[in-house]
Amino acid sequence: MSGSHVSTVPPPSSQHGTNLTRDDVAHLAHLARLELTDQELDTYVGQLSVILESVASVSSVTAESGDIEPTTHAVPLTNVFRDDVVRPGLSHEAALAGAPASVEGRFRVPQILGEEQ
Amino acid sequence: MSDLTRMTAEALSTAISGGEVSAEEVTRAHLDRIDAVDDAVHAFLHVSTESALAQARAVDKSRAAGDEPASPLAGVPLALKDILVQAGIPATAGSKILEGWIPPYDATVTRKLLDAGVIILGKTNLDEFAMGSSTENSAYGPTRNPWDLSRIPGGSGGGSAAALAAFEAPLAIGTDTGGSIRQPAAVTGTVGTKPTYGGVSRYGVIALASSLDQVGPCARTVTDTALLHEVIAGYDPLDSTSIPQDVPRVLDAVRLGQREGVAGMRIGVVKQLRGEGYQAGVLESFDAAVATLRDAGAEIVEVDCPHFQYALAAYYLILPSECSSNLARFDAMRYGLRVGDDGTASAEEVMSLTRGKGFGPEVKRRIILGTYALSAGYYDAYYGSAQKVRTLIKRDFENAFTAADVLVSPASPVTAFPIGEKVNDPLAMYANDLATIPGSLAGIPAMSVPSGISAETGLPVGLQIMGPALGEERIYRVAAAFESAYAAAHSSLVPDSAPELEVSAR
Repeated sequence: MSGSHVSTVPPPSSQHGTNLTRDDVAHLAHLARLELTDQELDTYVGQLSVILESVASVSSVTAESGDIEPTTHAVPLTNVFRDDVVRPGLSHEAALAGAPASVEGRFRVPQILGEEQ
Repeated sequence: MSDLTRMTAEALSTAISGGEVSAEEVTRAHLDRIDAVDDAVHAFLHVSTESALAQARAVDKSRAAGDEPASPLAGVPLALKDILVQAGIPATAGSKILEGWIPPYDATVTRKLLDAGVIILGKTNLDEFAMGSSTENSAYGPTRNPWDLSRIPGGSGGGSAAALAAFEAPLAIGTDTGGSIRQPAAVTGTVGTKPTYGGVSRYGVIALASSLDQVGPCARTVTDTALLHEVIAGYDPLDSTSIPQDVPRVLDAVRLGQREGVAGMRIGVVKQLRGEGYQAGVLESFDAAVATLRDAGAEIVEVDCPHFQYALAAYYLILPSECSSNLARFDAMRYGLRVGDDGTASAEEVMSLTRGKGFGPEVKRRIILGTYALSAGYYDAYYGSAQKVRTLIKRDFENAFTAADVLVSPASPVTAFPIGEKVNDPLAMYANDLATIPGSLAGIPAMSVPSGISAETGLPVGLQIMGPALGEERIYRVAAAFESAYAAAHSSLVPDSAPELEVSAR
């Protein structure tokens, strides 16, 4: 659903740069579940395009450098296991203490499906 | 006894264990100082008066009973960055979305501090979710630099750094993702270390970018920083990125540096970490620091790190990508703010409204950027490429460390700038981390120690010292040697030159 919309944006290696439209930003905000005001949309359109242009160099340098492994840790670790032992967790009350709403000892959440669904 | 708030943690600890002063008196002196100056500085978001005093009394009671001190820092006060949780004490991460949240558990670092008898005075201000270099992105208002209250204290850990520079606490905890410990240390004339990635547990730290975040110690002297480092470091089974290694012997390294300087060490100056974007006064202080290290016995070499020029770009793809994913947890369901739950709105609408109201502008900007960089069809070009740039930067460091034992650079390209100057220019703000980001991407240990006062601006400058992964002992030795040489030449340390703050009458 979302892929087709976002892919109308020129690819990052494009010579035309990376200009996001207002609709692109609104769509990305929707994907991230972020309600934005019209003023925020206007501000972000310009700022995000400038930022994206400044970060585009990463794809050209890695394209020139051939096969490179990505780095995620200074001291690579693999298969981190722990012993399978029971240890105390949060109590029921402590887990619910920060809930915006609870009922009958459970988290109360808004209805999952909206009107149109 | 001299003013307790001007003393080092080391001296306070000696005085407490020797019975010259009680932990409660030391704690009260710092709480009084906070009361007197924090309206102006705004380093703290929460002051834990009751729990701090209760902790101090417990330390005094234990000493009266003849017990050995719990640690070399028992009874010494500390300021905790408000991104680590402490059970029963509010935690906000500088965001409205967590306003009023009381965490039900302790971070591992918090637990270690409490077990060591370190007195936690309160929670310090930060850029919202640690996103920023000035503390201006805090939803609770900016922190001010004690050297000049119209200027920024750096960020994201501006509150912790300002608390040290304002003599509100001798110790503080910071977190560093792209420079959030080192850059605030630099612009406030204090000391701060980012340990090797995985060197300190992150359990109970509110996550920003998981492949970069690291907790570290901050203080006004290198020795105090080392003492705190040894208390908080070490393997934690609750953090799967934690390195299964012994705590580095950084205090021994400090003593070695104080005794023998840097004789026989090779110190590399990174060619790429100077020039455009760096203030003349910063470079002048840096060059003087390099000359000091040469006089202290080091061989100075120049090293070339050609891929550092891509570091900022890679960082501003990796960080937004990881934060957009990490911040998805703030969904208005289990904790934190909930907006618009009127009985008819769906969970998705409530989520969207809450996040729109609860997050500030920089957080939203980065979430959108990260969502874009991780979208189908863009992942390889953006996040994937950026992770490969990290490898290129890591190789640059590996090459450099064949020619040098440690590397040095300015920690911040500029001294403290006026509040408001860069708030509407994200790229100018991001450039504050020019010198610290390469080390973050490679995961290596790095620290900032004051190199002096800029003749250009009259404000403190930080010297960054970087070591290979797990090379903490080397960087502490160099930092201690430099600090000793500076003290000998100037007959005082940089933090002692901070202007007296006007104390508000209460």
